[in-house]
Amino acid sequence: MTPLGALLIRDMRLAVRVGGGALIGVLFFLVVVTLVPFAIGPDLALLKRIGPAVLWLAALLANLLALDRLFAVDQEDGSLDLLLMSRAPLELVVAVKGLAHWLTTGLPLVVAAPLIGLLLNLDGAAQAGLVLTLLVGTPALTFIGLIGAAIAVALRRGGLLLAVLVLPLTVPVLIFGVAAANAVLVGAAPFATPFTVLCALSLASLVIGPFAAAAALRQEIE
Amino acid sequence: MSLIDLANPSRFLKFADRVLPWLGGVTVIALAFGLNQAMGAPDDYQQGATVKIMFLHVPSAWLGMLAWGIMSIAALGTLVWRHPLADVAAKAAAPIGAAFTLLCLITGSLWGRPEWGTYWVWDARLTSELVLFLLYLGVIALWRTVEDPSRAARAAAILTLVGAVDLPIIKFSVDWWNTLHQGESVFRFGGSTIYPTILVPLLVMAVAFTLLFVTLHVAAMRNEILRRRVRTLRLMQAQATN
Amino acid sequence: MEAINHLPFIVGSYAAAFVVVALLVAWVMIDFRAQRRALADLERRGFARRSAAAPAGAALAQAKEEA
Repeated sequence: MTPLGALLIRDMRLAVRVGGGALIGVLFFLVVVTLVPFAIGPDLALLKRIGPAVLWLAALLANLLALDRLFAVDQEDGSLDLLLMSRAPLELVVAVKGLAHWLTTGLPLVVAAPLIGLLLNLDGAAQAGLVLTLLVGTPALTFIGLIGAAIAVALRRGGLLLAVLVLPLTVPVLIFGVAAANAVLVGAAPFATPFTVLCALSLASLVIGPFAAAAALRQEIE
Repeated sequence: MSLIDLANPSRFLKFADRVLPWLGGVTVIALAFGLNQAMGAPDDYQQGATVKIMFLHVPSAWLGMLAWGIMSIAALGTLVWRHPLADVAAKAAAPIGAAFTLLCLITGSLWGRPEWGTYWVWDARLTSELVLFLLYLGVIALWRTVEDPSRAARAAAILTLVGAVDLPIIKFSVDWWNTLHQGESVFRFGGSTIYPTILVPLLVMAVAFTLLFVTLHVAAMRNEILRRRVRTLRLMQAQATN
Repeated sequence: MEAINHLPFIVGSYAAAFVVVALLVAWVMIDFRAQRRALADLERRGFARRSAAAPAGAALAQAKEEA
């Protein structure tokens, strides 16, 4: 098995086992969505109208909150030093860790989204649009969040500050993700334009995220 | 004295001591001249007297962006050349940039009240400016959280550069999200659509604000170098007493 | 008439600009005094910078020390 493949499987195992936070992300997602009707009232028409926005916001928060200790944990048990010394390029190592995180946190959110969408009165086409935008958009959130997770190694604690640092950077993803999901729901605006931009944002963050995160890790280890 | 000499912190301190009184004086004169021009400018036929707020709003917005640009260049200096003065320049620029971005938001909303009828409109430019302000606050919080200055400098440098890449994208997406504001009018192909009676005071104020920024930045960099010396000496003192 | 209506907002903007700039200037000056005082205090207690006596020769070493 290649080192990167081994790393992928290790990270996924750690995430799914007891103490790993993979499924807690989905639980958090469900809790946030459940709280919304308590805040704005059980008006189904209104819930349907803001449904995609609520699901996107919940996905954004679930993704980032699950991510903040990704590298800090590795630093504490020393495996980060091993990763830094390994022959595989650090950018790829970081990207693989991001992929493992997305597979264990982002993907379950995408799978759970239609079920949770039912609670907000979203029907067939809107569900499909939402799942598609989340499928394409959550990798962007994960890979932008990687940068914050790498900076958190220097902070020695994550949490609120990290969310404050990273959330403004995710504004474009949120705008185009919700715009595309709403385009399906409302049907007035074209779906393709925001969706294509969302794809572009994901691809760009797939490149920028690992490079920036790897640079941050290298700087902090010295 | 050549530019390379300034890269040494001690020489920079001497340079700052010598140049700051002059910079301050020139800034005061430029600001007085700019304010005089702004007061004398005629009212805009559309905006009326509120156009006078633009003489503060536009230069503040410009400084908010300029400060992030300076921080990005300094971030390259930090990451590529490991230069201590680059760390200092980046740290000193952040609060000043944040202050002018805040001023831009305040004047924008004071302009909006008579023009739009509310203090805040989720208009594209104001919203981008708000996100920029949040990014500034994040960078300042990062500087204040990491205790070791050079570690903080490197973490902040990464965040600054990521922000520099993301800011145009944020600007573009917010514009796409809401195109309520009037179009770009100062720098546009085919000449400016602003009348010279408004444009000249605006440019004078922009120059005056830039001078103000340079003065504040040099002074804040001097403070930061001194702060680092105090820190080093205190560490020495702590070691000596042990 | 229009000008009277808009005057509070214009005055408010200029006042806000004055306050923000005054706070920045005050911050820079107070900070400068505080750092100067701290340095003088440390020097009085005998913790001078090693390179203070030889500014030319020690410049490079000192830049590294501060890095």
